[in-house]
Amino acid sequence: MIRFESVTKRYPDGTVAVDGLSLEIPDRSITVLVGPSGCGKTTSLRMVNRMIEPSGGRILLDGEDVQQQPVHTLRRSMGYVIQHAGLFPHRTVADNIATVPRLLGWDRRRARSRALELMERVGLDTALARRYPYQLSGGQQQRVGVARALAADPPVLLMDEPFSAVDPIVRKGLQEELLRIQQELGKTIVFVTHDIDEAIRLGDMIAVLRTGGRLAQYAPPDRLLSAPADAFVEDFLGADRGIRRLSFFTSGGLELSSAPVVGEDDAPPDLPTAPYLLVVDGDRRPLGWADPKRRAAGDRTLIPYGRSFPAERGSLREALDSAVLSPTGWAVAVDGDGRAVGVVSQEAVAAAIRAAHAGQGGAPEDAEPAGVR
Amino acid sequence: MGEFFHVPSDLQHSYLGLVGWHLEEALIPVLAGLLLALPLAQLCVRLRWLYPPVLWVTTVLYAIPSLAFFVVLINWTGQSEITVMIPLTLYSLVVLVPAIVDGVRSVPEETHAAATAMGFGPVRRYLQVELPIAVPAIFAGLRVATVSSISLVSVGALIGNQGALGNLLADSMFYHRPILAVSSVVTTAVLAMAVDALLVLCRRLLTPWTPPARERGRGAPVSVPAVAEEAR
Ligand SMILES: Nc1ncnc2c1ncn2[C@@H]1O[C@H](COP(=O)(O)OP(=O)(O)OP(=O)(O)O)[C@@H](O)[C@H]1O
Ligand SMILES: [Mg+2]
Repeated sequence: MIRFESVTKRYPDGTVAVDGLSLEIPDRSITVLVGPSGCGKTTSLRMVNRMIEPSGGRILLDGEDVQQQPVHTLRRSMGYVIQHAGLFPHRTVADNIATVPRLLGWDRRRARSRALELMERVGLDTALARRYPYQLSGGQQQRVGVARALAADPPVLLMDEPFSAVDPIVRKGLQEELLRIQQELGKTIVFVTHDIDEAIRLGDMIAVLRTGGRLAQYAPPDRLLSAPADAFVEDFLGADRGIRRLSFFTSGGLELSSAPVVGEDDAPPDLPTAPYLLVVDGDRRPLGWADPKRRAAGDRTLIPYGRSFPAERGSLREALDSAVLSPTGWAVAVDGDGRAVGVVSQEAVAAAIRAAHAGQGGAPEDAEPAGVR
Repeated sequence: MGEFFHVPSDLQHSYLGLVGWHLEEALIPVLAGLLLALPLAQLCVRLRWLYPPVLWVTTVLYAIPSLAFFVVLINWTGQSEITVMIPLTLYSLVVLVPAIVDGVRSVPEETHAAATAMGFGPVRRYLQVELPIAVPAIFAGLRVATVSSISLVSVGALIGNQGALGNLLADSMFYHRPILAVSSVVTTAVLAMAVDALLVLCRRLLTPWTPPARERGRGAPVSVPAVAEEAR
């Protein structure tokens, strides 16, 4: 566990970058430091591996003051991913990744095979091993940066805006990759970003810092969205936090009705309750909506269904989105293979949202975060 | 054509002998200059305030005519090669020190921070990260220093025929044989170009990691006036 105890950093020019920060960072989880530019995120992160020394307070790593530990040993036991990757331009991808193992005295062959193993782990083609950084895309460079930080299998990973320099689609891919790696490796990750959406997507715990390096709120993402501590946090969270919070409720509890789901060539069933039928193909993949009366009259035109949501692993946010996008007002639930399992109306989703909120009572912090983050 | 390669016997060297000697007198100072410039530049990077005075001193040294150096040095080192090579060594500093300083400073801040974060000590970081990344800039400096050193060696003819190919110039006047002057000038120029080409090749081999576009930008030799300008 990493523990900040009233840590303060005052730079020689008098700037107070971090002011009395106390924080407990739980093991084997992702803790995100988020806040506006200049609020002291990088400074806080760099005090953990002593690239910056605090001017007050202390930081404990598993109960031991980091100040008491030999600096190079400390740093080599923590992976560090830097903004813009910070790769060594004169070293190949494999040599970049093998940096810390080589510093730790591993022989060349072992370090190299470890590098190749990590390239696979972070989703890089091992054919890139001999390339130099300038021959990589921004997203690939970031992956190399992550692989390099993981190389010596450090228990702690410090990440400073690792994905900020890439476009939103690549960023989303990298975030998913990080969550997957984290599920496999269970590192203690301290992640810095100024992007609140990234913080909410990745964080098990989120520390919102305000300018001047003071902690505004420290809470799990669901709690942050439901109960921002003050106007600053609320403002920082931005619009539609109510909708965003729905990401933390599972869609698993929705009552799906499978009766209106019909095959392409089936005779339309007589269902007074369902105003629309969902037509599926032979594999039960959704094709579109059909009006039962017009279909009975031989009209086979389909209304596009918009977007489906995962029945089990999904969130209420996805279910609601699917219902709102669908011209019929009904959301289509699919299983892991994209086969339709049932449909649910906007009204039913709204009822489930009310039930979920009620289920949390007055203490939303007790809720199990569920569904896709 | 035989005239071109024929060296008067008073010079006590064959044509190729003169070429070898010339190279030795030109390259040893550059090498010595590099060995001096490396620690000096590192100090300048570490102690920022040191850089302007160091630049100033190297520029002033560069402004002293070699003849003046010879007059002073002859008292200590006599009419020898050493007397020629000491000024050349000092001259090379005016390009090498800024080249290395700029090269080391060109290491991106995040690369520098990444090295620190991974537990490189200062020495290891200098040798394994900063210096290799500075290689293109160092070679740009080396090219200027080498070419100018090759042309400056000839002045050594003034102090007891220590000018290698430059001695041919003196003989050309002495024997009234202009072909010797042509031989001296052309050979020196060809030598400079050949050594420069060799340096470019070395740089390419040493830095497979530079993107082609940047290589073109970095490859152009730094002009001496530009460096001297910066020194002010
Ligand atoms: N070496 C330094 N000397 C003086 N002030 C500094 C120094 N480094 C940072 N600061 C100041 O400390 C404050 C916090 O800086 P820090 O880099 O930690 O911010 P940050 O939250 O990481 O910002 P960003 O999101 O822009 O990266 C800023 O006001 C910055 O100007
Ligand atoms: Mg920062």
